Amino acid sequence: MAETLLRAQSIHKSFVGVHALKDVSFSIRRGEIHCLAGENGSGKSTLIKIISGVYTPDAGHIEFDGHRYSRITPIEAINLGIQVIYQDFSIFPNLTVMENLALNTELAANRKLVNWKRIRRVAEEALAKINVRIDLDAYVGSLSVAEKQIIAISRALMFNTKLIIMDEPTTALTKKEVRNLFAIILQLKERGIATLFVSHKLNEVFEISENFTILRSGELVATGSTKDLDDKKFSYYMTGRTFESRRFVPKTVSKDPIFEADRVGIPGSFEDVSFALHGGEIIGITGLLDSGRTELALSMFGMKPIREGEFRVDGTKVELTSPRAAINHGIGYVPEDRLSEGLFLPRSIGDNIVITELDSLTKKFGIVDAERRDEEIRTWVGNLAIATPDPDNACQTLSGGNQQRVVLAKWLANSPRILILNGPTVGVDIGSKHDIHTILQELANEGMGIIIITDDLPEVVENCSKILVMKNGRIVAKLDAEEADEQKILSYML
Amino acid sequence: MKGGTPTLMKKLTRRNEFYVFLVLLVLCLLIEIRSGQFFSPNNLVDIASAMIVPGLFAIGSFLVIVSGGVDVSFPALASLTMYATTKMLLDANYQGGAVLPIVIALAIGAVLGAFNGLFIGYFRLPAMIVTLGSSSVFKGIMQGALNSKQLTVIPPGMRRWGTSALFIARNPVSGLTSRMYVTFIAFIVVLALVFFLLRFTMFGRGIYAIGGSEVSAHRAGFNVIRTKVIMYVLVGMIASLAGIIRASMMQQAHPTNMLGMEMNIIAGVVLGGTAITGGRGTLTGCMLGTLLIVIVENSMILLGIPTSWRSVFTGVLIIVGTGVSAYQTIVMNRSKRVQTAKKEVAA
Repeated sequence: MAETLLRAQSIHKSFVGVHALKDVSFSIRRGEIHCLAGENGSGKSTLIKIISGVYTPDAGHIEFDGHRYSRITPIEAINLGIQVIYQDFSIFPNLTVMENLALNTELAANRKLVNWKRIRRVAEEALAKINVRIDLDAYVGSLSVAEKQIIAISRALMFNTKLIIMDEPTTALTKKEVRNLFAIILQLKERGIATLFVSHKLNEVFEISENFTILRSGELVATGSTKDLDDKKFSYYMTGRTFESRRFVPKTVSKDPIFEADRVGIPGSFEDVSFALHGGEIIGITGLLDSGRTELALSMFGMKPIREGEFRVDGTKVELTSPRAAINHGIGYVPEDRLSEGLFLPRSIGDNIVITELDSLTKKFGIVDAERRDEEIRTWVGNLAIATPDPDNACQTLSGGNQQRVVLAKWLANSPRILILNGPTVGVDIGSKHDIHTILQELANEGMGIIIITDDLPEVVENCSKILVMKNGRIVAKLDAEEADEQKILSYML
Repeated sequence: MKGGTPTLMKKLTRRNEFYVFLVLLVLCLLIEIRSGQFFSPNNLVDIASAMIVPGLFAIGSFLVIVSGGVDVSFPALASLTMYATTKMLLDANYQGGAVLPIVIALAIGAVLGAFNGLFIGYFRLPAMIVTLGSSSVFKGIMQGALNSKQLTVIPPGMRRWGTSALFIARNPVSGLTSRMYVTFIAFIVVLALVFFLLRFTMFGRGIYAIGGSEVSAHRAGFNVIRTKVIMYVLVGMIASLAGIIRASMMQQAHPTNMLGMEMNIIAGVVLGGTAITGGRGTLTGCMLGTLLIVIVENSMILLGIPTSWRSVFTGVLIIVGTGVSAYQTIVMNRSKRVQTAKKEVAA
């Protein structure tokens, strides 16, 4: 047993009477990779902020490197060797890689003047520490998310770092980038640097961490070795609910396809894509980020009209040249990035739900029928169990999972026959994810045809009756649900 | 990692300043071809003189925009300090040199700048709103408390400073002469100081950092509030220097004739490639953009375009100029996306 680096002892913290953390204790050894998991609002970020000195605990204390602290400031935390990598990486997109890497140490050294030679040297050292090469003169704003993250990590290592805390580091990364990140974390471990890894994705928890701590509503529910953890326990700890694994089996499949793609393509994005969707089916389309899956999704909703082949609805050729046209043919689309494409965040939940069906709620002279509008909103908030005290609240007050439900409600309110979802559960916690899956399966059982585009393989396997794998713009495999498993799908994807 | 080191040409064409410079060059050549007078010594000296006050204003404006704000109060601030200084010295029947007026103006400017800085930095109010308000306040003080009327006489020291010439340029053809004013040196000194500040001090890098991301700057350890307050104090001082120079060169203190300059100045700064959203831009670009506006404002007459059309031309220039840089951003983002996609394929 290596020695303990960090121990949090009976931490309590409340904000205006709300208990954010109740009696939380856990510890991390030197060089340990520890995963902190929990749903939104479970107290993860509060705990991180206490460890990094942003908040002072109401009761309890932190032991770090053998010393006991009842309160520390952010600067003290940094000097002790605690570094936090926030989700936004705290970088400067407008400055060069070189400056981003060196500014923090220059500031910490309390320098007043800038020596560009020294800055370049510091930056080179920083990148050398984790053996990566990035153009030092590039602007950080022009880099990929993964590169930005690498900059944040190597910058953190410039201090005498003993513990790196990463707040949901994999959210915006592709599978390959996640693997690179894990390789870096393992490198850090070899050098004796511990990592506290915040995540709610269980496959990551299993892959990288040695130990875990799970919080729920501010309380510690479990902490221990990842070896003793399995899917079921993990979900239970996270949500306090048990989920049966329920592979979707279509109940009633319509005789004729309701939507067909016949050798459709957009040069440069995807080509020769054909499939048929029957009512009551859920088709999964999966592939890497550049496989053309997103472009295909957009073309089905008329946002990127196809150049080759044809789409058919109920056997008749349709021209899907605009979202309007797609909506008129009964197609609904839940976009990939709900924040930028799917929702008007500052507007009320209710407004967001009814926006697609305003036409049908309008009385004479273009005036919206307020009563029917409110009724419609009540129905959907109830049906999809959107957790809000008042549908007049702004959408941005909701958690990720609930926001996604609003997007769903928005399209369901329009009663589409064909529903296309692009990454329906990205950034959504387990409980909401489960609920969204249940809703989709129920919708399919009521006769809707559903297409899910996602790279979340468990999601595909669990929910789809047919699976199409895309690679380099083409469909490389069509699998039935019974014959598909994650390994097999992955082998076609790569 | 992005495929070898880019050539000098490529580096140049990626920079906004390069395009502003090209436009500037084309405009100058056009004027030269039409009139044959543009590159005459006296015209060049005239343009340099015309650049002093807008140039100083642009430097101040540039600092604020880089930090992520917009300052619309500098003409009012400059007018108030200039007017207050002149009036005070006239009342005291001051007969000395130009140093005291400059010092007084800088001091008043620093106080007024601190007023902006306090609300923007300390109370975190949006710069645009605060400066709209302070602009009214400054005008109000000038017109109410100081009962401003045009002062046709200024202290002799200011007048001497404002009209003394470094050298006199003569047009060999027409025989017209133009004075290269001593005040031009003040402009160059400020330019050099601010250049050094932005490039070689942590304070200057802090202004860029705050403009890029205030949260990140705070987390990195910059004292965001202090940086902002000091910066607004500096901006106030630069603007008041411009004000006192203007009065000295015009040999009169006109309370309102600087008001309304803010839009053209900000336009020049943005034209020079400074991102209106903050964090990006160079002093070189800022000066080129300002120069472009100054030349359009002053040299249209040489092209044979009536002065009444001047504002139309300035307007078109601003729209086209900022349009081009906006378009560039779009193209850059697009190529970035293609690059990421290619990386994925390679992976």
